[in-house]
Amino acid sequence: FSGRTTVFSPEGSLYQIEYAMEAISHAGTVLGVLAKDGIVLAAEKKVTGKLLDLSVEKEGSYGGSGEKIFLLNSNVVAGVAGYTADATSLINYARSAAQQHLLSYNEDIPVELLAQRLCDLKQGYTQFGGLRPFGVSLLYAGHDPHYQFQLYHSDPSGNYSGWKATCIGANSGTAQSLLKQEYKDDISVEDAIGLVLRTMSKTMDSTTLGSEKLEFSTLTLDSTTKQPKAKIYRPTEIDALLQKHGLAKKDEDTEMAAA
Amino acid sequence: MECSFALVGKDYVLVAADTTAARSIVKMKVDEDKIKTLSPHLLMAYSGEPGDTVQFAEYIERNIRLYHIRNFHPLRPQSAAAWVRRSLAQSLRSRSPYTVNLLLGGYDVASDAPHLYWIDYLGTQAAVPFASHGYGSYFALSLLDRYHNPDGTLEEGLATLRRVIDETAKRLVVAPGNYKVKVVDKNGVREVAL
Repeated sequence: FSGRTTVFSPEGSLYQIEYAMEAISHAGTVLGVLAKDGIVLAAEKKVTGKLLDLSVEKEGSYGGSGEKIFLLNSNVVAGVAGYTADATSLINYARSAAQQHLLSYNEDIPVELLAQRLCDLKQGYTQFGGLRPFGVSLLYAGHDPHYQFQLYHSDPSGNYSGWKATCIGANSGTAQSLLKQEYKDDISVEDAIGLVLRTMSKTMDSTTLGSEKLEFSTLTLDSTTKQPKAKIYRPTEIDALLQKHGLAKKDEDTEMAAA
Repeated sequence: MECSFALVGKDYVLVAADTTAARSIVKMKVDEDKIKTLSPHLLMAYSGEPGDTVQFAEYIERNIRLYHIRNFHPLRPQSAAAWVRRSLAQSLRSRSPYTVNLLLGGYDVASDAPHLYWIDYLGTQAAVPFASHGYGSYFALSLLDRYHNPDGTLEEGLATLRRVIDETAKRLVVAPGNYKVKVVDKNGVREVAL
């Protein structure tokens, strides 16, 4: 263990980054799947409870449901896993970076470029300043005219890579192997939604899926305007979706009545 | 006096600029290239204050190249134009602004469309079907208003450009003798003979 965050360990690794990744492995799962006509991003909420005030979410807050999934720009949605406070700071930075690009170039920031901006920031914290790294991993789901739909993952070291389907946070290993078996290259958004929901239900801690524990979003292309359309689902919409896929909690009263 | 013209056709942009480099009454060079290739599908003709022109044009050219090298994909014409315009607008608000006028022509491969932008030293930008800078504008714009066909073939575009250059040669007291003409389309940039 080193008091100085930016020096190497005897094994040639950076302890602080490894510890950060360890923290992330306990965080709520975030799952992303790339389809040929869109991307699906889902996440498990860890901060739940009856006393939590969700009134803002019910209206559908503009930039995100508040804990795991956020809108970075009109063409990019991100899911975060790790220290929530660090994540909020990174989300803010990403949003500024996206607008800065829009100001300079009058275009939506290309997805990979946005991921790079965040990664350059994160890498800096592993090399300069003696400050601890960000304890956050992100999944970026976005679209740009150059490479169409893309899914990226970045970690506290500032490394990033592009994925067809991936998972971060708790039980990500399990989810990843499930995705490896079921994923097909030409999957549609509709099928991807099903795949994501099924995988989430198998890897989440809770027994059944519900809008109190699940955040859900999709990124598609509007058929008429051909512009990217980011949709972060409201709690009622999530429940309806789960109902449609037969994964919703069964109503206990009707069960009793049937029996 | 420096003359530059440009026009958009069905699937190309034609950019022409005179090749005279003169100071006062002396023509120092008659084969100066005033059109820079910023990226595989982007051309920029520049004119204005001697010194400022090449300094600014090269700054733009190298930065656009840097973007392309860093990000693998090049800046689209619309985005490059926005960035160039902003650079000029910021220059205007500095201690000593660049006095450079530009014609930016490019082909957007992503959406298969030609684009042309008229930009002046104040950072004014307009997306236009045809444009010109310099005294030649007085003759060019009226002719282009009358004869330009935005869906024309390259041959048609060249014929219209020939009209513009001939009229300028006929009526402008200090008309340039020679022009360099370049075209940008989905295949890239190439020079054409008028």
